[in-house]
Amino acid sequence: MILLDVVNLKTTFQIDAGNVQAVRGVSFHVDEGESIGIVGESGSGKSVTMLSVTRLLPENAKVEADSINFNGTELLKQDDNFMRKIQGSEIGMIFQDPMTSLNPLFTIGDQIMEPIRIHQKLSGEDAKKRVIELLKLVEIPDPESRLKQYPHEFSGGMRQRVMIAIALSCNPKLLIADEPTTALDVTVQAQILDLMDELKKKLNMSIILITHNLGVVAKICNRIIVMYGGLLVEEGTSREIFYEPKHPYTWGLLRSIPKVTAQKSKLIPIPGSPPDLLSPPAGCPFAPRCEYAMKVCMKYPPKKIGLSDTHSVACWLMHPKSPGYKMEGLYANR
Amino acid sequence: METPLYDEIPPELFEKALDTEKQSDVISRPSMSYWQNAWARFKKDPLAMIGLVVIIIITLFAIFGPIVSPYTYDGQNIAIQNQPPSREHWFGTDKFGRDIFVRVLYGARISLSIGVMAAAINLVIGVIYGGIAGYFGGRVDMVMMRIVDVLYGLPSLLYIILIMMFLGNTVKSILIALSLTYWIGTARIVRSQVLSLKHEEYTLAARALGVSNLGIIFRHLVPNSMGPIIVTVTFLIPQAIFSEAFLSFLGIGIQVPMASWGTLANDAIPAIFTQPYQMIFPVLAISITMFALNFIGDGLRDALDPRLKK
Amino acid sequence: MPVYILKRILAGMLTMFILVTITFFLMHAIPGGPFSPAEERNVPESVLKKVEERYGLNDPVYIQYFNYLKNLAHGDLGFSFKQPDRTVNEIIRIGFPVSAKVGAIAAVVSVVIGVPLGIISAVKRGKWMDWASMAFATIGISVPGFVIAVLSMYLFAVKLKILPTYGLTSWRHYILPVGGLALGPIAYIARLMRSSMLEIMRQDYIRTARAKGVSEFWVIAKHAMKNAITPVVTYLGPLVASLLTGSFVVEKLFSIPGMGRYYVTGISDRDYSATLGMTLFFGLFVVIANIIVDILYALIDPRVKMDE
Repeated sequence: MILLDVVNLKTTFQIDAGNVQAVRGVSFHVDEGESIGIVGESGSGKSVTMLSVTRLLPENAKVEADSINFNGTELLKQDDNFMRKIQGSEIGMIFQDPMTSLNPLFTIGDQIMEPIRIHQKLSGEDAKKRVIELLKLVEIPDPESRLKQYPHEFSGGMRQRVMIAIALSCNPKLLIADEPTTALDVTVQAQILDLMDELKKKLNMSIILITHNLGVVAKICNRIIVMYGGLLVEEGTSREIFYEPKHPYTWGLLRSIPKVTAQKSKLIPIPGSPPDLLSPPAGCPFAPRCEYAMKVCMKYPPKKIGLSDTHSVACWLMHPKSPGYKMEGLYANR
Repeated sequence: METPLYDEIPPELFEKALDTEKQSDVISRPSMSYWQNAWARFKKDPLAMIGLVVIIIITLFAIFGPIVSPYTYDGQNIAIQNQPPSREHWFGTDKFGRDIFVRVLYGARISLSIGVMAAAINLVIGVIYGGIAGYFGGRVDMVMMRIVDVLYGLPSLLYIILIMMFLGNTVKSILIALSLTYWIGTARIVRSQVLSLKHEEYTLAARALGVSNLGIIFRHLVPNSMGPIIVTVTFLIPQAIFSEAFLSFLGIGIQVPMASWGTLANDAIPAIFTQPYQMIFPVLAISITMFALNFIGDGLRDALDPRLKK
Repeated sequence: MPVYILKRILAGMLTMFILVTITFFLMHAIPGGPFSPAEERNVPESVLKKVEERYGLNDPVYIQYFNYLKNLAHGDLGFSFKQPDRTVNEIIRIGFPVSAKVGAIAAVVSVVIGVPLGIISAVKRGKWMDWASMAFATIGISVPGFVIAVLSMYLFAVKLKILPTYGLTSWRHYILPVGGLALGPIAYIARLMRSSMLEIMRQDYIRTARAKGVSEFWVIAKHAMKNAITPVVTYLGPLVASLLTGSFVVEKLFSIPGMGRYYVTGISDRDYSATLGMTLFFGLFVVIANIIVDILYALIDPRVKMDE
């Protein structure tokens, strides 16, 4: 059952210097109970994509799409009141920096209780009980006294757990986690991911995990979408992406993951920098940095080719007229 | 441009792209120095430019007006007392028959010079105090800043009033009074600037070359923190003008026959019902000058540090 | 929290102590005053006698200082040189309530009008309400308070004749003085609140609030406002100081028999002891106001206590 279906999403920001095309035609879907990862570097449009769906962008953003369908409802046609009803109740969001995402002047308890009061109309003791339940769920010790404390009295990992508690408070069908572990230590990262994995199984909700770190999605995502320059360049199951990547950018990402092996090996970064989205390039956005780039890649945007039911890629290398290619330096077996 | 049909793309396009083809055109702009950049930004701010023009006009009038005018500021002529504005007397005459326009111009001389001098002295004191505190840090800084905090707690106007009461009502005493109070704000800003710059690399380099501490403070740190300092000083001038006008308006500032705008306004209070113009012109002069200076200050702040723009 | 308050009180006491000491030495520096060497004195006999009684002119300086402090500790501010039968305490007792009433109303008006004005400007940024309020605010902070007081007196009392020019006998009498005092602060607070709101609205936690489904009204009224109001709370200290100095002008213009007016006439009359005594009182008032503001701030923002 499809929970979220996004077709041809385009998001533009109007600034003094012109229009920044952050998302330039992205389509994907999420089924009930599945978790997908949206992977890409800063500026690829991955966060903006989900913020567009949930209508959390600033005023100068223009969102257009053929369809944004959530749980049977066409979101584009709904007004702000409707969105407010599903924000926090059916869709929960976790943001990147837990320090700045929590209001420093209100207690943790108050902030977790807020969506409960608004959406579930609980109050007083009932709400408080639910808050304690949630704090236990995200494994925060001593919840009764903790809920009277303020964000600055918590560590980074704890704060992110609080954010998760807030996002889960009304049993959402979809949890969107935007770079949930980027601001945290590596050890804490692992704990948060474990927590999310467990919760996914316990609560049977769908997860969209946004990150620039492929290592993070490996653990909990069934499917992976790779974005670059505001466009979707490859999508497939985790297995397909990790073992049969077809897009040069995906290879680049995989190659640049530092491997903790006995042998010393060089870090292989992707040279160059992201495209200027004020005046995006005419052809494939990755072409200037791609070692396999052909003339056609600079001229025209590549068409999306389906390789299997689940695996598709947007790359001119797939075209029958292309000379073919060989992936360099990838690990074959894991 | 429209992508041709998938199968109809010409095969030569599938040759590898050359590196030169992959470079996007980079248009290089001529690089300007920090100050040129700032001046360019300042020029774009209409309010700031208007302010600048206004101040220049007022200053020119203040310098040359009294020389050119046929009247003097203390030339009494009871025969023409209390006349409304006319062609001979643009601002009218006061109760002694003196030409108000000339008096306002003299007032400009006094108010403006007090403003600028007080700001300059405060700048010097503030820079020295703040520079030393910021540079040496540690206990020196702590003690110096404690003193500042204590002094900061009370309204500076009270200090000024007290000092003037004891020193008399001359221009000299009001300058002393103003100089002893407003340097605190400057000192704070200078100190925080110095603190943040202290750790930058060129300080280390200078020290490695053996430049003395004082040398570092004045030759390196101060020039590089000029931005916020300039802005602070620009706002000091209207503050000083306001303080002087305020005190004179209350009758505890400069005394007759010296006439600043404040004293002119104070003299005109009893006549507000019958000859309102006597009050309006000095008051307008104060307002316009302060407006202009504030606009310039805002413009400078936006020009020198665009990040602070609201 | 108690530690925080204690620290603030101690700092205040230090400030007062320094002010008191300065005042004492200023008293002794009065040219031709009772503390000058006998040859230079030109003080009336009655005053000299009283000074002798209270301060002990022949005692060494440090004993005089100690007595002075002792008197102050009992709240005794001495007597007026020009009107030796009146103590400074009396002057304050008569004048202060009058000034305080006008000042308090002005303070409340400043906040009650300034804060919403700033919020509305921020929320309707770029639209006509924003432009209008900010234009008004720029005028309010550039034009000196006494100019505004004078111009409004001229406009409403002289030209339009709809408001009275002196005294405080009816509610109408309060409008011009309060307006003269409050207009500058309203403008300042409005601008402050607007820029604070604009900055706060960009914060991540505002986005989180929306992501939780909080209505736009509550996003502004609860989440944004509490964070945005802190600079205004900090401004309350300087506000009190500015209302204090503003009262000098307003009381003079509108003939209000408040402490500010006594202060100004005291200065012109060179009534040193009365002036210094009142200065001490003003100083104490401002110090207490600042302590209260600091406590208020800590109540709103719990992080402040941590930084100490």
